[in-house]
Amino acid sequence: MNIDYSNEKSVVAGRLTLAQIEDLVAKPMGTKPDKKFFIAISISLTALLIGAISVGLTFYYGIGMWGNNQPVGWAFAIVNFVFWVGIGHAGTLISAILFLLRQKWRTGIARFAEAMTIFAVMCAGIFPIIHTGRPWLAGYLLPYPNQHSIWVNFTSPLVWDVFAVSTYFTVSLVFWYVGLIPDFATLRDRATTKFKKTIYSIFSLGWMHSNRHWTHYEKAYVLLAGFATPLVLSVHTIVSFDFAVSILPGWHTTIFPPYFVAGAIFSGFAMVVTVLVFVRKIFNLENIITVDHLEKMNKIILATGSMVGYAYAMEFFIAWYSGVSVEQFVFINRALGPYAWAYWIMVSCNVIFPQLFWFKKIRRSIPIMIVIVILVNVGMWFERFVITVTSLSRDFLPSAWAYYKPTLIDGGILLGSFGLFFTLVILFTKALPVVSISEIKAVADGAQPTHQGAENHA
Amino acid sequence: MLNDKKLFGIAAIFNTPDEIINAAKKVVESGFTKFDVNSPYPVHGMDSAMKLKSSKLGFVTLVMGLTGGALALLFMYWTMSVNYRIVIGGKPFFAFPALIPITFEVTVLLGTVATVVAMIALFFKLPNNNHPLHDTNYMKSVSADKFGIIIEANDAKFDEKFVRDFFQDLHPLNIEMIYYPEEENYSVFQPKFLLFLFTTAIIVSGATYFTLNKLLYITPFNWMDDQEKLNPQKPSDLFSNGFGMRTPVEGTVARGFIPYPYKGETNPVHVLSNPFLPTKKNLELGKAKFNTFCSPCHGYFADGDSRLRGQFPNPPTLHSKRAIDFSDGMIYHIITNGQNVMPSYASQISRDERWAIVNYIRALQRAKNASSADLIEINKETGTNGAN
Repeated sequence: MNIDYSNEKSVVAGRLTLAQIEDLVAKPMGTKPDKKFFIAISISLTALLIGAISVGLTFYYGIGMWGNNQPVGWAFAIVNFVFWVGIGHAGTLISAILFLLRQKWRTGIARFAEAMTIFAVMCAGIFPIIHTGRPWLAGYLLPYPNQHSIWVNFTSPLVWDVFAVSTYFTVSLVFWYVGLIPDFATLRDRATTKFKKTIYSIFSLGWMHSNRHWTHYEKAYVLLAGFATPLVLSVHTIVSFDFAVSILPGWHTTIFPPYFVAGAIFSGFAMVVTVLVFVRKIFNLENIITVDHLEKMNKIILATGSMVGYAYAMEFFIAWYSGVSVEQFVFINRALGPYAWAYWIMVSCNVIFPQLFWFKKIRRSIPIMIVIVILVNVGMWFERFVITVTSLSRDFLPSAWAYYKPTLIDGGILLGSFGLFFTLVILFTKALPVVSISEIKAVADGAQPTHQGAENHA
Repeated sequence: MLNDKKLFGIAAIFNTPDEIINAAKKVVESGFTKFDVNSPYPVHGMDSAMKLKSSKLGFVTLVMGLTGGALALLFMYWTMSVNYRIVIGGKPFFAFPALIPITFEVTVLLGTVATVVAMIALFFKLPNNNHPLHDTNYMKSVSADKFGIIIEANDAKFDEKFVRDFFQDLHPLNIEMIYYPEEENYSVFQPKFLLFLFTTAIIVSGATYFTLNKLLYITPFNWMDDQEKLNPQKPSDLFSNGFGMRTPVEGTVARGFIPYPYKGETNPVHVLSNPFLPTKKNLELGKAKFNTFCSPCHGYFADGDSRLRGQFPNPPTLHSKRAIDFSDGMIYHIITNGQNVMPSYASQISRDERWAIVNYIRALQRAKNASSADLIEINKETGTNGAN
């Protein structure tokens, strides 16, 4: 089979030179923040403040401020935790899995997606810790020799969570920083003020763009990607174990790990598209983050959305096929019970609307895309809500059934997590290059040797 | 003036990746070994052009990853099967399948962190912000969009003129001489630095003091010391007498408590009858309680030879005719109710213990007033001559 790869579409549009690319990416860091920036950050900081007040009230009065009560002991905290961890999955998928699959188009969006991963995992990490009620004792989660001479239960999915999420955060951060080192060096060499130069010098570690370093660096990138790929799949698998290892109908299913991973990638890509659409516009990165890239992400959203839809259908099928009456009850209760409204929001946002991405015009239309990806975000939040709350609110003992209602504090903390996420994203756009300068240069037109007349072709 | 500086190397800058690949190949052909190519991104084919060996970084990852996994598994084995064994969900102490997730996570964590740390510290010898290449025009160009090659002065074949001519033939954009930077010396005793240290010390110690001595005693950090509930000594506005603690209603009987019907009577007409037989076990209990509560005044053998003799009115001997003639119930009544100077022992000694003491007193009385006929009985029972 003869495929002509020379006609591959360029990843960077507009035939930009290397210097132009660098100027474009480095520009937001060299200019003073404008009015739009301050408006954006004041909105996100307000949300963050509301969250901080809600969390403060929770600490002072205890988690009785939340809507959680028997039988729904797990509610917003775990819903938000799973939601944010899921958002975080897109970054590693783009930076690691697409890297191993040699998808060059990832270069334009990888840095941003990785940053979003880190911020999303930070948001996620807050929830289990504040749900303990006394988060300043969170050190008890770790196995350390203590005066109780007892250890954590290593066979508990909740301890697996501690290890999975903290490993995921550390590895994502390390991966991100390794990618940033050459960019810090480039920024250091373009810095105009002594202050900036000092900061960038410290973070660049004295990187010299030496090829003797690049050779190890590229190897390290492959190794890290090789580790990050199973890691990203393991993290949401372990998160799903929180549910699947229990014996509650609607949770105790083997489909949960793949179903959760697909859902995580689905929601993560939706969030990346949501934010990138604005970022490329605001920072004039249309040539680097092109509509082609967005279209490719929309294709992934379509694929993973269909997987999630398949999982929903399969849960119903298995409930019927297994012949277990409690299992059947749970799913009929989900679709037709007191939380039917949440269930149908979930199904329409996650399964029905993303199907519009079968049409190329819709995949490439930015306004429609924004609406769909925001709906996907909403739908994925409701998916976790439906899974957690419907199963708990009507469990084995009908006399204990209750209808869960969140309080204002619950809502405030959720809003606050969005505030934290977007505050970090906004600060990131001004403080660090939102696109990997060295990676995007490497895939620009004419950036690699033609090897014409070269006898030993690498 | 330039001659004062020590030469680090000679660098040439090129415009295109093709040229730099060509230049690297030429440098290798000429036999230079201490040279390097600097480019804003890794150029394809450069490793083979420079004849670099494949990176050994993967071995670090392999070794450290396996170490991480093994340590995690070993640690979990030790905690769960050796150090503090708990049966959890009926699983064996070493429930391997349930330990896989953490083993995997620690493998990844240690593998990743070790790879990056080894790469930066061992393979790159970074951080190094004092390298001669820093702050040169050469560095600024290769950092942006140019491609540079540098031959170091400590190469065995280095010759300043030869290298310059060699580069000239490759038609570079520019040739640059790179010198070692002038050595800068900093004194530790700079006022600014000392001020920084002093401020840091103040802030750290202040924060530590505040956290340990103040913050930990403020709600909600105070380990739930202050709770919204009534403790025995707390006042309460809810009740008219202002006490948080309630007194039990009239006639309340505590669990396990049977009221004594003849309480307060000096010479009761009726007394209780002894419900216990003087078994060996019962007598031992009685002896222990007698020695604890009764012997301080009455003496170990109930002779009235008190250890407190002289400080209190002398207690009577329990071997008097009167005491011997007391019924069991009367002795019990005296212990329970008290007599003359002797207070009630009802609160210290439980009901059953009081009866055991009564039995023990009976045994003492019997032992003190033994007759020779008793010896015959003992000899019969034990088969020995009890008189000896």
